[in-house]
Amino acid sequence: MSIDSSLVYMDNSSTTRPFPEVNEAMNSVYARQFGNPSSLHSMGYEAEKLVSKARKSVANLLGVGEDRIFFTSGGTEANNWAIFGSLRSAGSKYNHVIASAVEHPSVLAVMEYLKQIGYRVSLAPVDREGRVDPAQVLSLVGEDTCVVSVMLVQNEVGTVQPCAEIGAGLAQLGPRRPRFHVDAVQGFARIDIDVERWGIDLLSISSHKIHGPKGIGALYIRKGVRMHPLILGGGQEQGLRSGTENVPGIAGFGVACDIWAKISGEARRKMYGLRKRLMGGVRAVFPDAVLNGPEVENAAPHIVNFSFPGFRGETILHALEKRKVFVSTGSACSSRKSKPSPVILALGKTEEEALSAIRFSMSPYTAVEDVDNTVSALEDALKELAPWRRKLT
Amino acid sequence: MSSQPNARRQVYLDHSATTPVRPEVLAAMLPYFAGKFGNASSVHSWGYEAREAINDAREKVASLIEAAPNEILFTSGGTESDNLAIRGVARARKSKGNHLITSQIEHHAVLHTFEALQKEGFDVTFVPCDKYGLIDPDGVRKAIRKDTILISVMHGQNEVGTIEPVKEIGAIAREHGVLFHTDAVQSVGKVPINVNDMNIDLLTLSSHKIYGPKGVGALYVKRGVRLTPQLTGGAHERRMRAGTENVPGIVGFGEACRLAKAELPEESRRLTKLRDKLIEGILRQIPDVILNGHPVLRLPHNVNVSIKYLEGESILLNLDRMGVAASSGSACTSGSLEPSHVLLAMGLTHETAHGSLRFALGMSNTEEDIDYVLEVLPPIVEKLRAMSPIGPGSGL
Ligand SMILES: Cc1ncc(COP(=O)(O)O)c(C=O)c1O
Ligand SMILES: Cc1ncc(COP(=O)(O)O)c(C=O)c1O
Repeated sequence: MSIDSSLVYMDNSSTTRPFPEVNEAMNSVYARQFGNPSSLHSMGYEAEKLVSKARKSVANLLGVGEDRIFFTSGGTEANNWAIFGSLRSAGSKYNHVIASAVEHPSVLAVMEYLKQIGYRVSLAPVDREGRVDPAQVLSLVGEDTCVVSVMLVQNEVGTVQPCAEIGAGLAQLGPRRPRFHVDAVQGFARIDIDVERWGIDLLSISSHKIHGPKGIGALYIRKGVRMHPLILGGGQEQGLRSGTENVPGIAGFGVACDIWAKISGEARRKMYGLRKRLMGGVRAVFPDAVLNGPEVENAAPHIVNFSFPGFRGETILHALEKRKVFVSTGSACSSRKSKPSPVILALGKTEEEALSAIRFSMSPYTAVEDVDNTVSALEDALKELAPWRRKLT
Repeated sequence: MSSQPNARRQVYLDHSATTPVRPEVLAAMLPYFAGKFGNASSVHSWGYEAREAINDAREKVASLIEAAPNEILFTSGGTESDNLAIRGVARARKSKGNHLITSQIEHHAVLHTFEALQKEGFDVTFVPCDKYGLIDPDGVRKAIRKDTILISVMHGQNEVGTIEPVKEIGAIAREHGVLFHTDAVQSVGKVPINVNDMNIDLLTLSSHKIYGPKGVGALYVKRGVRLTPQLTGGAHERRMRAGTENVPGIVGFGEACRLAKAELPEESRRLTKLRDKLIEGILRQIPDVILNGHPVLRLPHNVNVSIKYLEGESILLNLDRMGVAASSGSACTSGSLEPSHVLLAMGLTHETAHGSLRFALGMSNTEEDIDYVLEVLPPIVEKLRAMSPIGPGSGL
């Protein structure tokens, strides 16, 4: 595909187009600064400098100390590491983990695996907007709870979770409290995070969701939190994440963070405006559309999810694709199988609604015309599909 | 490579630490950073396009080691592949046995993983090597027990360049029904590899050592071999390795493999000639030097020597000022003062191990580069030895 102004990419929660500045920075690293940061010669020092510069940029956007950022291969690794690493360092009395029922598969699959090998796993339910109740999450905590993992922004429906309240509640449990992990892959850069005040111990981020390159992410680890490494070897990343650093990827991630540091306020306002416009447009062309996720309050700026009862999500997706509008039916990871989205079901929606869900996700690149084109493509697509409208379940 | 602008010549001789991305590889990657940025799991055309690119790269990687495409899993690098192979097999076969075999001279990605498994209760045998860094297949055979589930012995040693008898070890493993993993990060693209002929069940590759991008690697997993995944999440990589695929990185890795395969015989001959010229020159021009590693069973790009009475680090620094980038020991451990575990396992004294230097040749190197090193190295050694408190006469 090429960047063609007639294409409307509304799938920015799956992945984003890297900022041009990101690509420029990476190209120069690929071509010239190819050293291994561990090498004891000037090529190595130069690579190491690039890595520390990027680490500062990431830490800066997150508002934490740069020595607390540990680069990984992406959000999935950061999530796996946060949970497995905590359990390995915690000792055998800690046999219990808590997560929300609507976490990303990279957390839920870990929970599933832990259950299989004998851990106790509690999944906190969510309300009709996809939110967990902080009091309920806290009520699940026991003496043996090792980690509480709650995401910042739900990736399919865009709900902002009450992380501040959960963190504050956990902080009151004293020194033996479980640690608090936040999967901030969808929220990072797009909404405010106060890592310190919210009492977050571990936080996952991913570069390709914020217009950086793929194959790079990071885990924030609060000072004093003991973590076991998941990947062992040469002892990179303070001994906590081995493997030759992906220097161009890290540099690109840093540049993306620098750009967000400048644009985030305006980008958020703009995306919230577009979100409202899109929601109005969808409801106007299809009054039966059912919004999944919050209306305004506790909604992330970039995600809109609607169900179109009577139409299969994939059918709409392909009809929109024919009209050069690209969306998704749920999270990209699960979008290859045509099952009802477990996340939409967890919101208490019907199977019909879960099978007919479409996610639109925006970026700072999204323009008013993109939203308007999406709405008219949707109108057109639904008109074409109308004769085949039927109950799905 | 503008780091030492005043040097007469820039000579990068650290290709075992990492390599530059080839222009052809970068050209193949660029479209996937810009227009073709889709997520390979998406069910629209941006996704299909990314998926196809990954499949294409998978074929190229497989072809380099004569495997089938569906036997290749992409990872974030050699380190992750080593961890996944070893931990993944240990976990999946735990009910079959508790004993693992590896060698004393593995890369830390392998060694530390085995040490961690040892702490978790596995029995691990670390077989020794001889003075050339060679592992004796018979030693491996003798270490096998009824409850052995995995043998991991590397193919090309990263510090001293010795090529291990992987085919023989693989045959022994197969005879005993034990799975065999080899870390081929340094030998891939330099030495022909056929996973079937060589009786290999799992094999580690890394992209940035063969002129591909950093942050990508692969694990060959023979059909039918079961692994417990170490990163779980989506349905990526046949459920064996979750995470949104690094599409440009994978595309670049594929292209690097394709080029490596096409150029292997010729490039390998060329590097061997340069290697031997450098070895002979150093041994001829500098007194009290020993060659580390095997004289013949040796990676075509590896030169490792111990310059007696000196610290490798101080030589490196002086070489760097002259525009020559080399290393002492492996890059990952070179920040520490511990002498290389590989050289110690080969029986070198601490002093001799500390004086080791590795020159790792690559695509960009020419005869003139070797001439240049042979011109600047002897005076550096002479100068440093003149200043050194230790020496042939000092009793050390
Ligand atoms: C909420 C959330 N967590 C984790 C991930 C996984 O991150 P990555 O794609 O970098 O592996 C994703 C995206 O797929 C996500 O949306
Ligand atoms: C033999 C060997 N194995 C594994 C690795 C690790 O690979 P990577 O740098 O891709 O993590 C290296 C390089 O550092 C190596 O030389």
